[in-house]
Amino acid sequence: MSSYLVRRLLEAILVMVVVAIVAFTLFRFVGDPVNQMVGQDIGIAERDRLRAELGLDDGLLVQCGRFIWNALHFDFGISYKFRAPVTDLIAARLPATLELSLAASIFAIAAGIPLGVHTGIHRDGALSRLIMAGSLIGVSLPTFLIGILLIYLFSVTLHWLPSYGRGEVVSLGFWQTGFLTGSGLRALILPAVTLGLFQLTLVMRLVRSEMLEVLRTDYIRFARARGLTDRAIHFRHALKNTLVPVVTIIGLQIGSIIAFSIITETVFQWPGMGLLFIQAVQNADIPIMAAYLLLTAVIFVTINLIVDLIYRAIDPRIRMSGRV
Amino acid sequence: MRMRKVVLAALLAAGLSSVTLGVEPAAATTFRYAFQGDLNSLDPYTLNETFSLGALANVYEGLTRRDENLKIVPALAESWEIVDPLKWRFHLRKGVKFHNGEDFTADDVVFSAERVRLPGSELATRLPADAKVVKVDDHTVDFVLASPNPILNAEWDSWSIMSKSWAEANGATKPQPQTGKELNNFALKANGTGPFVIVSHEPGVKTVYKPFAGWWDKANKKHNVDEVVFTTIKSPATRVAALLSGEVDLIEPVPVQDMKRIQDNPTTDVLTGPELRTIHFFMDQKRDELLYSNVKGKNPFKDVRVRKAFMEAIDIEAIKSKVMRNLAVPSALMISPLLYSRGAEFKRLAYDPADAKKLLAEAGYPDGFELTMHCPNDRYVNDEAICQAATSMLARIGVKVTLQAQPKAQFFGRAGPAGGYDTSFGMLGWTPSSFDSFNILQNNAGCRDEKGNGGPFNYGGYCNPKVDELAKQVLVETNAAKRDALIYDAFKILIDEVAFIPLHQQALAWGVSKKVKIPQRADNSIIFAWAQKQD
Repeated sequence: MSSYLVRRLLEAILVMVVVAIVAFTLFRFVGDPVNQMVGQDIGIAERDRLRAELGLDDGLLVQCGRFIWNALHFDFGISYKFRAPVTDLIAARLPATLELSLAASIFAIAAGIPLGVHTGIHRDGALSRLIMAGSLIGVSLPTFLIGILLIYLFSVTLHWLPSYGRGEVVSLGFWQTGFLTGSGLRALILPAVTLGLFQLTLVMRLVRSEMLEVLRTDYIRFARARGLTDRAIHFRHALKNTLVPVVTIIGLQIGSIIAFSIITETVFQWPGMGLLFIQAVQNADIPIMAAYLLLTAVIFVTINLIVDLIYRAIDPRIRMSGRV
Repeated sequence: MRMRKVVLAALLAAGLSSVTLGVEPAAATTFRYAFQGDLNSLDPYTLNETFSLGALANVYEGLTRRDENLKIVPALAESWEIVDPLKWRFHLRKGVKFHNGEDFTADDVVFSAERVRLPGSELATRLPADAKVVKVDDHTVDFVLASPNPILNAEWDSWSIMSKSWAEANGATKPQPQTGKELNNFALKANGTGPFVIVSHEPGVKTVYKPFAGWWDKANKKHNVDEVVFTTIKSPATRVAALLSGEVDLIEPVPVQDMKRIQDNPTTDVLTGPELRTIHFFMDQKRDELLYSNVKGKNPFKDVRVRKAFMEAIDIEAIKSKVMRNLAVPSALMISPLLYSRGAEFKRLAYDPADAKKLLAEAGYPDGFELTMHCPNDRYVNDEAICQAATSMLARIGVKVTLQAQPKAQFFGRAGPAGGYDTSFGMLGWTPSSFDSFNILQNNAGCRDEKGNGGPFNYGGYCNPKVDELAKQVLVETNAAKRDALIYDAFKILIDEVAFIPLHQQALAWGVSKKVKIPQRADNSIIFAWAQKQD
């Protein structure tokens, strides 16, 4: 077990180093950060001084090495644009992204599973056909379009929900939460629905196909023969057996929800990490981009590791093969 | 049957719970506005950028300010006189208080004059480096110059006066350095003399202002707001939606394609006016061979006939009506006519593709030539579309232009001094920060070396010693009429030699709720002290 963990951790470190190197190679093409930092009247000599001070004149390998060395000390440098430590900026933006991701996941699960169960049981019902047709929208429409459509419907036309921002937030130590205020909860609805819609359709279609599969199995037929109620068959026996793959998929999707909320955050001006990253790309703000990409890598590596460990816990066969 | 109820309940809970919540109406006298970019540091010397300086001008004040027509009027200085060409005397206003209650005195001016010229300040150009600032008494200050400077106070409306004792108490006597490892106290706090106080500031998210009860000019205040909330809204569609839904009262900028929608909406309107920035095309006239062209061994742009042909090929009216949807004013000059008294005397070279073809043939290119054009695609209004239009117009006179449009970070990294002016032909926009022609003659038209010394924003490398000589005279001439005549001579040379292809001044466009009345100044500053909001 421990040797397995050590091996996985070494692999994780390798992944991080590769991400850092790939990221730094890309940074050659983002443009001139100094031009984004200063106003138009700043002279050439001053710009050169800044460039030297930021170490942008050094070779790529030197810059990359310096970044990795500092990152090992949890020092990600100062944002060129905000002139604040990147660690602080990300720490301030992380709660917004995590709360949005959590709300989106809950929405996807809470709506996806019942809808999947319903369409699985009543596969030919009119409502099921409608839901299945509707789910195509969730799969095929791009996120930014869904977001803008929701804004125009619920904010501009109906005036029910705010179109941007996070509403009022309450500060709990370092964590700023929008869960405790009315305006914070209202502001959460549209972005969470937008971000969660794709996951919802994914969960729903997965649950549906698993249900169809399970309902054909022998033990369900026997259960019916025993005269159990529909409710007991569907929820106690069938649904439980569909959930193993569903939990796996949800676990993996949470990583992408956190890492790729960029588009939703941009559309709704949600002050999270994704928005910070987009701004950083436009400003050629290399310290933020580097830290964000590394953090994303950490999230994925961690989630994968946890999923693997859970597998080993629930399925002894994987534990055996892990020793090979 | 019961199953269906569960599903419906889940659906309702997930999607429609919003119905009962509703949205509270905004407080009646809160003025909310949204801009595409961020307000970062609150240190008024950190960033020399229109938006930041405009936002901070509501909190800090300079010795002068500008009225609705950009005329310089007294602010913290009640009056001033030029004792002799090398000595300006400023009489400071009495009874002015900073937000923390301290009195404003000559010491604060002397302190601010030092601080603004320290390393890390981007506003060092506000005051000549060798000018001495001398306190005469508590409310009189002399500025002693090394050489005459007729536009000494041209940019002082954005040179904020800071409190000496407050800066010392907060350990912030130096400007926030660009590469600093830590933030100084000014970066997130402010203490000015202006009409508004910053209540809270979250960089990149939201800034809240309240009126300052002790403002010296309170008797003449024009606004009626109790609170101002600024938010960054990056996505143009969301910004428009926030205006249409009434969540914000003013947005800037408005995407050109959404203007009609905002005008058609009964509660909103678009405010437009000419901006001060002049968009132009530059042509590499410095190198002996163009970097990106099939003409080898010589540089076609060194021939004035080629430059003239390019200018005549551009159908500026088509760009104005089709690309800019009439939100542009074609320009003959590199400066807005609002900023130069004799600007109207110049006429643009007329659109004449036939003559352009003839000129090209005379210059030895009867079949035209090939060329690459570099443009930003996220810096100016419809920048890429303008360049695209230009490539097809140039194709009509036989010049085959390949357009390379890039995000601004890449574009300026390549085509500017940092990239060694790695370009042959392209687009640039320029606003003279001093609102004065000298800025253009120096930055855009001054002879430069390969690194940019002399005229850093002269991307095409145009050079005429006669223009440089005139610029030198303009710098020190204190007689306004004579000075304008010198500027006229310099601009005449630039136009006769087609040093640049000026296109237009793009229009400012604000989306505004009809509840709000606010004057739009051509420098694009949003001045809360002029905002009127009805219920």
